[in-house]
Amino acid sequence: MIDRTIIVSVAGSLMLLILVLDLVRRRRLREQYALAWLASGVILFILSSSRPLLAFVAQLLGIHYPPSALFLIGFFLFLLVLLHFSAIISRQANEIKDLVQEVALLQWRVSRCERKMDDPERADRRNRG
Amino acid sequence: MADVRRELATADVLVIDDGSRDATAERAEAAGAIVLALPCNLGIGGAVQSGYKFAVRQGYDVVGRVDGDGQHRSEDLALLIEKVTAGEAELAIGSRYMDDRGYSGAFSRRLGVALFSGMLTFLLRQRITDATSGLRAVSRELAAHYAADSPTDYPEIEGTISAGRAGYRVGEYPATMLPRQAGQSSITPIRSVYYVAKVLLAVAASYVRPSISRKEEHD
Repeated sequence: MIDRTIIVSVAGSLMLLILVLDLVRRRRLREQYALAWLASGVILFILSSSRPLLAFVAQLLGIHYPPSALFLIGFFLFLLVLLHFSAIISRQANEIKDLVQEVALLQWRVSRCERKMDDPERADRRNRG
Repeated sequence: MADVRRELATADVLVIDDGSRDATAERAEAAGAIVLALPCNLGIGGAVQSGYKFAVRQGYDVVGRVDGDGQHRSEDLALLIEKVTAGEAELAIGSRYMDDRGYSGAFSRRLGVALFSGMLTFLLRQRITDATSGLRAVSRELAAHYAADSPTDYPEIEGTISAGRAGYRVGEYPATMLPRQAGQSSITPIRSVYYVAKVLLAVAASYVRPSISRKEEHD
């Protein structure tokens, strides 16, 4: 008899894969960010669809009840995905910071130009350099 | 603002408005300052870095920095700028603890400052008494260093270490700090825990990451 946990796990990982692929198809998820999810889904699907493989992996990890190995591996995979996203957020926060600074610096140059056009002499006195 | 103008008549004053919703920008502009208005709030590190970027691009020789709440006196800043101009230091920090000038502040705050000052003194092998002081002046080269890479929030301690490690000369000079004239301290108990943890992590990380020495930067 097949464990019910295994059925749930196969169905769950298949749904994850389909959902991710569908989001990519509709351009709601970029390929570069979908890869981490796809990899997790594929690993979970393979592990849950082959009982001997799962039993072998569980034994390697020292887990007596094979489906528990699925939970542990799934947990670590998702932890990795989250960490991956934290790194992406950090990079984007840096890029946003640089852009905000650049906008402020450009804004200043634009308003200096505008002032110069309005009143060349006064603008020169106010903004040297 | 008026205070800075009086002491440093020949300097340009740059005010950075870090996404505030009050009339900071207009008032500073009316007082004759150059204003950089950041469209989003970046926090102190990002705001100060935009000042360094501005200074580098406009080719200033020395950059002085005071906090916006009026607790720094411009005569002290003038002294720091003088020290940098004279080449005595490339990072001149105003310290409220060097001479006893009566500044006390809350016990927890003094403890924190003492802790970090001890750490800086140890790491830089040079006596630092006021690690978190925001009153400082930097040379053109160091401004370029900060423009390229600046710590994000709470930049003072990390900034001092990164300057010291890159080989810039750091000097500390006595200064008087006034009670703040405007605004509230951004430090709450939870934030101060975050502050300490964040700075410690950042400092530790900076030591396991190869440092860019000033030679490589300007070669």
